[in-house]
Amino acid sequence: MKKLCVALIILATVICCSFAGALPQIGSHVAGPNIYLSRYYIMNGEEETGSKNLVTAVLADYRGFDTLCETTVLFLAGLTTAVILYKRTREERDVPRDQEKRRRKR
Amino acid sequence: MKRRFGGMILDCAFRIMIPFMVLYGLYVLLHGEHTPGGGFQAGGMIAIAIVCVRLILGTQSNLRDLGAKAALWAGVGTFIYLLTGLVCVLRGGNFLEYEYLPFFFQEAAQYHKAGIMLIETGVTVCVAATIVNILDAVIERVDEDDSDD
Repeated sequence: MKKLCVALIILATVICCSFAGALPQIGSHVAGPNIYLSRYYIMNGEEETGSKNLVTAVLADYRGFDTLCETTVLFLAGLTTAVILYKRTREERDVPRDQEKRRRKR
Repeated sequence: MKRRFGGMILDCAFRIMIPFMVLYGLYVLLHGEHTPGGGFQAGGMIAIAIVCVRLILGTQSNLRDLGAKAALWAGVGTFIYLLTGLVCVLRGGNFLEYEYLPFFFQEAAQYHKAGIMLIETGVTVCVAATIVNILDAVIERVDEDDSDD
């Protein structure tokens, strides 16, 4: 199982890295978002979404799907942290400890 | 946290401050579409109020049982968001197309406002509960290590 996890992580990293070259450069003046999308948001944002704050308009309305995934990632990250940190049951905790003590005595 | 963290001064000071922290969190949530702010920040503020209460009062805190259900609430927050999208789909629109929400407004902009408010509420609940959840896990681990020594 552990080997499978490592293999999956390596595979995901390789796939992500191999597509990194296709992304537009940060701040590039020929990238799509910088040519027309930002201007469109600024011109039509308040009218279309009814929100006076452009950040909220983009976050919750134009890119609602992105924010949904963001929230899910946050939820999963919090859950994972808690699962890693949570108290183990007494039996699980005592067994490795006894083994350690025995090792030390030797 | 079995031991209390605060003394008399912290107790009295935070008794006054914490209602304002929660109130400001709610203000940031409800006013998020007009001024900078929104779900994530509001969730952080409300969570910080809960964290302060639990650190200062220890086991005397009324909020100590909240931690056990925090993971559940984080899921509920995400579900509120998802449900907003799914209701739109069930009523014949696209995912998160707010015009299809079951309200009775005249203008499309008002539907958008209501939709934004719903999903921001979901985000707030999720963020606040996640922070409390992590705090609770850390506290449990600290207590466990203390009791071993």
